[in-house]
Amino acid sequence: MVDYCRFVWRSFRISLVGDWRYHLWMAILTIVALVGLNAYAKQLVHGLGVTGMTDQVSWGLYIANFTFLVGMAAAAVMLVIPVYIYRNKELHDLVIFGELLAVAAVVMALLFVVVDMGRPDRFHHLFLKFNFPMSMLAWDVIVLNGYLLLNSHICGYLVYCAYRKRPPTRAFYIPFVFLAIFWAISIHTVTAFLYVGLGGRPFWNSAIIVPRFLASAFAAGPAFLILALEIIDRVTLYKVPEKALTTLRSIVTVALLINLFMLGSEIFTELYAGSAHAVSWKYLLFGLHGHNALVPWIWTAISLELLAVCCLLTPLRRNKTLMSIACAFVVVGIWVEKGMGLIIPAFIPSPIGEVVEYMPTLNESLICFGIWAFGLLLFTIFVRISIPVLSGRMTIDSDYDPNSPVDKNQLEAGREAEPMVQG
Amino acid sequence: MSNENSSANPALRQDGLGLSRRSFLRNSGAAVGGMAAAVAALSPLLELQADDIPTVDAFIQKHYKEMDEGEMQIALNRISAKVKERYDIEPNLRDIRPKEGVEFVYALNLSRCIGCRKCVYACVDENNQSRSPEIQYIRVLEMPMGTLDLEAGKHDYDRPKVPSGDHFYMPIQCHQCADAPCTKVCPVEATWTEPDGITVVDYDWCIGCRYCEAACPYWARRFNFSTPELEPEDINPDMSYLSNRPREKGVMEKCHFCLHRTREGKMPACQEVCPTGARKFGNVLDPRSEVSQILKTKRVFVLKEDVGTLPRFFYYFDERHARPEGQEG
Repeated sequence: MVDYCRFVWRSFRISLVGDWRYHLWMAILTIVALVGLNAYAKQLVHGLGVTGMTDQVSWGLYIANFTFLVGMAAAAVMLVIPVYIYRNKELHDLVIFGELLAVAAVVMALLFVVVDMGRPDRFHHLFLKFNFPMSMLAWDVIVLNGYLLLNSHICGYLVYCAYRKRPPTRAFYIPFVFLAIFWAISIHTVTAFLYVGLGGRPFWNSAIIVPRFLASAFAAGPAFLILALEIIDRVTLYKVPEKALTTLRSIVTVALLINLFMLGSEIFTELYAGSAHAVSWKYLLFGLHGHNALVPWIWTAISLELLAVCCLLTPLRRNKTLMSIACAFVVVGIWVEKGMGLIIPAFIPSPIGEVVEYMPTLNESLICFGIWAFGLLLFTIFVRISIPVLSGRMTIDSDYDPNSPVDKNQLEAGREAEPMVQG
Repeated sequence: MSNENSSANPALRQDGLGLSRRSFLRNSGAAVGGMAAAVAALSPLLELQADDIPTVDAFIQKHYKEMDEGEMQIALNRISAKVKERYDIEPNLRDIRPKEGVEFVYALNLSRCIGCRKCVYACVDENNQSRSPEIQYIRVLEMPMGTLDLEAGKHDYDRPKVPSGDHFYMPIQCHQCADAPCTKVCPVEATWTEPDGITVVDYDWCIGCRYCEAACPYWARRFNFSTPELEPEDINPDMSYLSNRPREKGVMEKCHFCLHRTREGKMPACQEVCPTGARKFGNVLDPRSEVSQILKTKRVFVLKEDVGTLPRFFYYFDERHARPEGQEG
C-alpha cells in the first residue's frame, strides 16, 4: 500500500517533468481545457440555450463527438486481438498504449454525455431509477463505465507490475483482456443501437449502421494511434518497432475499405429506391430546399477518406510523411462522417417535415475543444508515466532522472533483452 | 518530501525521484497556478441564481411513482411555495390521479380545421409554457390539397385570413401512443404512460438527455433549453404535478391532454377553444362517447401508421356521400 502510494506520487511528479516541447504541449492543453471548463460553467448558468441545438435538432456536436470517441475507445481491441489471440509479437508492447488511449477516449465520451445533460445535478437519478434493460442509454451507461473499469484495471495492473519488477499474474489480467475484447465490440454496438433502434428516425433506422460503426471505429482508432506512436517515437526515447506500424496500417486500410463499402451500399439503397426515407440523405449530400450546411462537410469527409485509401493502397504508403497525412485524413474524415454526418442529418428534416439547420455556437465548440484537450492531457500523462516504467527506468528500486541524457543504444539493447510487458 | 534515497548519491542533491528540488518547486508553483486558473474558469458559476440550485428537499425528492401521500404533499408544498415566490401567485396545485375505466383519445376532423391556430395559443395559455423562448405543444401544418406528405406542409404560414382555398390544415401534437417510443428510451423512467393513456413527464425527475425527443416520430416533445420566462399575469394558477405546473430549465415537457382538466371532467383547452368543432375528445372505453362514435362510423386514420406506435390521436375527413347505414357489404 505504501509502495502503491509512492508509485502514484512519483507518477504525479513525473507527469510535471519534461523538455520544453512537453511543457508547451501540456500548457496549451491545460489552457484549452480550462477555457472549455469556463464555457461549461456558462452553459450551467444559462442552460443548453447557449448551444446551437433546438427542439428540431436536439442533439448536436456533443453527441457527435461522443459517438466518435466511443469508436476510438472500442478500437483499442484492434491491437489486443492480434496480440492475445494471434500472438503477434510486434504489437505486444503497444497494447498498453492502445488501452491507455481507450481509457482517455471513454473518459472524453462520458464527459460529452455529461455536458449534453440538461440537469447534471440529477445525475444520481440514474442510480435510483434505472430503466434497464429497456433504455439503450441505460445499457450504454453500463457498458461504457464497465469498459472504463476494465481497461483501467488492465493498464494499471500491467504498469504497476512493471514498476514492481514482478511478472504479472496471468489470472489477474488475461481473463479481463478477453472480456475487454468482447466488451469493446459491445460498447460500440450498444452505442449504434442507441440510434438504429429509433423507428421515428429513418436516417438511423438501418441495420448497416451497426457494422459501419465498428468498421469506421477500427479505421479511425488505429489511425489515431499511428499518429500518436509516431509522435512518441520522435519525442521520447521509446522506439516504436516499424512492423507494429505496418500491422496497424493494414488494419486501418482494411477497416476503411469496409467502411466505405458499407457507406456506399447504404447511399445506393436509399437514393436508388428514392423513398421518402432518403430525404435526410438528400439533405446531407446535396442540400434540401436551399438548406445545405452539411454538404461541404460530408464531401470533404468522403474525399479525405478516398485520398487516404489512395495513399494506403499504393506504394505511397512507404513514405512516412504521406502515411501520417493519410492517417490524419482518416481520423478527420471519419470524425466528420460519423459525427456531423451521422447525428445531425437524422434531425433534418424534423419528423413532421420542418427543415431547421444546426450550427454549433462558439461556447459549444469551446466546450468540445476543452474536453478533447482534457482527454489528450490524460493520454499524454498516461504515456509519460508508462514509458519510463515499462522500459524499466522508473522502478520501485531505481532513481529515475527524466532530465538526464540516456544513451539510446544502451536503452534499446536493454529493452530487447527484456520485453516490457510479460504476457 | 522524502530525501531517503538521495543519501546514496549526495552529489546529485536529488530526492527519491531524481528530480532537482528547484524544478520540483517550480512545477508545484505551476500546479498551484493551474488550480487558481481552474477556479477562475469556474467563476461564471457565481451568476447562478438561488433558483438554479436545488434545495435539499428537491434533491432528495423521490420519483413520482414512489412518493407516498405525505411525501407528495411535501413536494406539492415545496412547488407551490416556489411558484408563489417566483410569480407572487397562490397556485391551486394538486396531484390528480387517473380514473378507472377511462382511456382518452383525440379525433380531429381535417375537413373542418381552418388553420386559425387558436388551439396553439389556448394551449400555451392553459399550460404555462415558456413565452421566451417560445414553447408550443401544437404545430399546425398548411398542406397543399392532394397530399398527406408532411414535408409538403408549411409550418410558418402567415395569412391575413384563413383558411386558404387550396389548402387544408393539419394540427399535430402528442399522439399519446399506446406503444410510446419516448417512454421506452428514457434512461431514468422520468416519462411514462398513465393508465388512462396519457404520456406524462415528471419534471422533477427528468435529467434532460433529450433521448425521448430524438425517439418521438411526431415531434411532440419540447425541451427547456433556457430558463422558461413567464409573466405573472400569464400564469394559470390551476395546475397539477404531472401537467401544467411551471417547469425549470433543462427538462422535457409535452402535451398531456390537459390532464388537470380532463381528469376532472372538463375538455382540453385546445378542444374547448376550437371555433369549428374540428376537435373531438373523450373516453374511448365509453361506447356512448363522441370519440367512440367517430371511431366506429368515420374513416379515421393515424399519422405514420408504419412506425407502429399505436397513437391515440386520430384524424378523419367528413364524408360527403357517406353510405347509409345497413347497406354495408
